[in-house]
Amino acid sequence: MKVLTANRLTDGEAQFYSSSGWVGEFQKSEVADTAEAESRLATIGALAYANNEVIDVNLIDVVRKDGKLHALRLRERIRAEGPTIEYVGKSAAWGI
Amino acid sequence: MYRYDEFDKNFVAARVAEFSDQVARRLSGELTEEQFRPLRLMNGVYLQLHAYMLRVAIPYGTLSSKQMHKLAHIARVYDRGYGHFTTRQNLQYNWPALKDMPAVLAELAEVEMHALQTSGNCIRNVTADHFAGVAADEIADPRPASEILRQWSSIHPEFSYLPRKFKIAVTGAATDRAAIQVHDIGLQVVKNDKGELGFVVYVGGGQGRTPMVAKKIRDFLPEQDLLAYCTAILRVYNLEGRRDNKYKARIKILVHEMGTEELRQAVETEFDALRDSELKLPESDIRAIESYFSLPDLAERAAGHGTLAAAQKANSNFAAWVQQNTIAHRHPDYRAVTVSLKPIGGIPGDASADQMDLLADIASKYSYDELRVSHEQNIIFPHIALDDLKAVYDLLVPAELATANAGLISDIIACPGLDYCALANARSIPVAQKISERFADMQRQRDIGELKLKISGCINACGHHHVGHIGILGVEKKGEELYQITLGGSADENTSIGEIIGRGFGPDEITDAIETVVETYLANRLNADENFLAAYRRLGPAPFKEILYAQSVATSLTNSTL
Repeated sequence: MKVLTANRLTDGEAQFYSSSGWVGEFQKSEVADTAEAESRLATIGALAYANNEVIDVNLIDVVRKDGKLHALRLRERIRAEGPTIEYVGKSAAWGI
Repeated sequence: MYRYDEFDKNFVAARVAEFSDQVARRLSGELTEEQFRPLRLMNGVYLQLHAYMLRVAIPYGTLSSKQMHKLAHIARVYDRGYGHFTTRQNLQYNWPALKDMPAVLAELAEVEMHALQTSGNCIRNVTADHFAGVAADEIADPRPASEILRQWSSIHPEFSYLPRKFKIAVTGAATDRAAIQVHDIGLQVVKNDKGELGFVVYVGGGQGRTPMVAKKIRDFLPEQDLLAYCTAILRVYNLEGRRDNKYKARIKILVHEMGTEELRQAVETEFDALRDSELKLPESDIRAIESYFSLPDLAERAAGHGTLAAAQKANSNFAAWVQQNTIAHRHPDYRAVTVSLKPIGGIPGDASADQMDLLADIASKYSYDELRVSHEQNIIFPHIALDDLKAVYDLLVPAELATANAGLISDIIACPGLDYCALANARSIPVAQKISERFADMQRQRDIGELKLKISGCINACGHHHVGHIGILGVEKKGEELYQITLGGSADENTSIGEIIGRGFGPDEITDAIETVVETYLANRLNADENFLAAYRRLGPAPFKEILYAQSVATSLTNSTL
C-alpha cells in the first residue's frame, strides 16, 4: 500500500494527496493498493510537480493499523506527524 | 565589531534583489525546481522534512544586540517563534515559507546579515573561537583573519564551484576552542621568535563518513600571506580534488590520497607564485580590519571583586553558575559568560524569540552590545563586569537560560536529527533530552566533571559525534533507530577521533548505556582531577566494552528466561 506525498512549493510544508487534492493531514491520504492505483498516483504527482504545485514528490509505503494509516518508515511517520518533540520556546514576561 | 562598508551593503542588497527575483520566477513557474534548487541553496535555503529551512550566517559567531533582536523578530513573524543555533555558529529557522524568503533576507540585510554561502560547494561561513578577543590565554584575536577570509571568500569567482563544501576555522590561542583540526583549513594564531603574528596551518580535517584529523602543513605563515596561502590551498584542491564521487570530494580525501608531504609541496609551489601578488595583505589593511575588533573601552569596575564574592557566598546556585559558566577575561574586572542553551531536558541550541530578545537586551545593557554563538550551541556574553554578574544571572534564571552546565555532560551538542533533517537516519534531540534528564542532578554532573557528549543523527556528523569524549551516532537498521557509541574523541588542540565501542543500542537502551559508560569512568578514574577523556586515553576501550556488553548479555539472558 502506498500514498502520495510531497512538499508544497510555496511554503515547503508536507502534503498528502487525498480525494479532495493535496492536504496536510496524512490520515486523509488516498491509498493505492494496486499497481494501477500506484501508477495513477505517480502520474498525479508528476503532473503536480510539473505544474509547480509541489516538490520532492514520493510514493511511500503505508499499512493500516487499527483503522489508521501508518507509514512504514520512521522518517515518513515524522514527516506526517511533525517533530516528536515539544519545540516552541516558552513565552513569559521576562525582560529588563 | 565589523561594520559593513558601502561595498558590503551594496553587495548584500544586490544579492537580496537577485534572489527575490529568482523566488518570484520560481513561484510563477518560470524557473523549474531543477533550475531553482542550486540558486536557493546558494542563498541558504534548504528543503527539510516538514518545510524549508533557512540557515543564516553569523560570521565567526559574533553578533550585536540589534542583530539578535532581528533574529528574534524574524523567528516571531516568519517562523514559529524560535530558532536553532548550530555547530557552525549559525542560526537555522525550521519553518520559513519560500514566498517569505525575500522579506526575511531584506530584514537580515537591514542589520548587516545574510544567508550567503551557508550551503553549496563553496567556502562556508568562517568560524572562530567564541571567546575571541576576550580570553586571557589568547595570543591575538582570530576574528580579523576570519573577517579578511570572509571578504575574500564571498562569491569568490574561482572558488564558488569547488568539488565540495569547504570550511575554515581560526583560533587565537593555543587552547583550541574552535575545533580547527576537524576543518578543511584550520588556522592557529601564533607569534614567531621576532614577535610577529602569523598562523600554524592545518589542512584536511573533517568529520562525516570519513573522519580525519587535519595535518599540519606549515608552522608559521606570516599574516600578510594569509590570502595567498589559502588561495594556494584552494587552487590545489580545486584542481586535484575528486569530483567523480561526492563522498570522496572533500580535501581530507585529497590529502589522504596525495600524502601530506606531496600536498604541502604542491601548495608551497602555488604559494611561491602568489606570495608577491596582489593577494599580499598590506599592513595597513590588516590593522584597519583589526581595529574593528578592538576591545571596547571597558570601564574600571574593581568594586565587583567584593560584591561578587559576597553574592557567591549568599547563593550557592549562583556560585555554581559563576564557577561553571564564566571564564577569565583579559580585564580583571570582567568575565566572559556562557549562557547555556541546554536546560535540563531541553533542545540543544534552540532559543525562543523571547529568549533571543532577552539575550539581546542583556547584551545591550551589560555586555557592551555584543554576543557570540559558540560551536557548542551556546550563547556568550563576552564582557560582563564582575559587579553585574548577579544581575545578569537573575535575568537569565526565569528564562531558563541559567543552567550551570557549561562543559558538563548535559551541555550536549546535538544536530536537529530526524525530527527535522531530510538527511538524518535517526533522531538526536530526544536522545539528548533523555540523557540530560538522567543526569539532571547538578552535583552529580559536577562530580563527573568535564565531559563533552555529542550526538549526530546521521553519518554526516553535524553533531560532531566523532570528536565527542562520548559520541553517539544514530543510524537506521531494519527500519529502527540504533545508536552507536564512540569514545575518546576530542576537538581541542589534541584532537582525536572517537573509537566505535561495539554494537549499537536501541532508543530505549542508549541512556542506560551512557550511564554505564559514565559509571565505569567514575569507578576507574585515578582521582577527580582525571577527566573522562584523560581516563579513557589511559584505560582504552576495554573496561567500558567489558561492562557495557556484559550487561547487555546479562539483560538478554534475563529476558530470554522470562
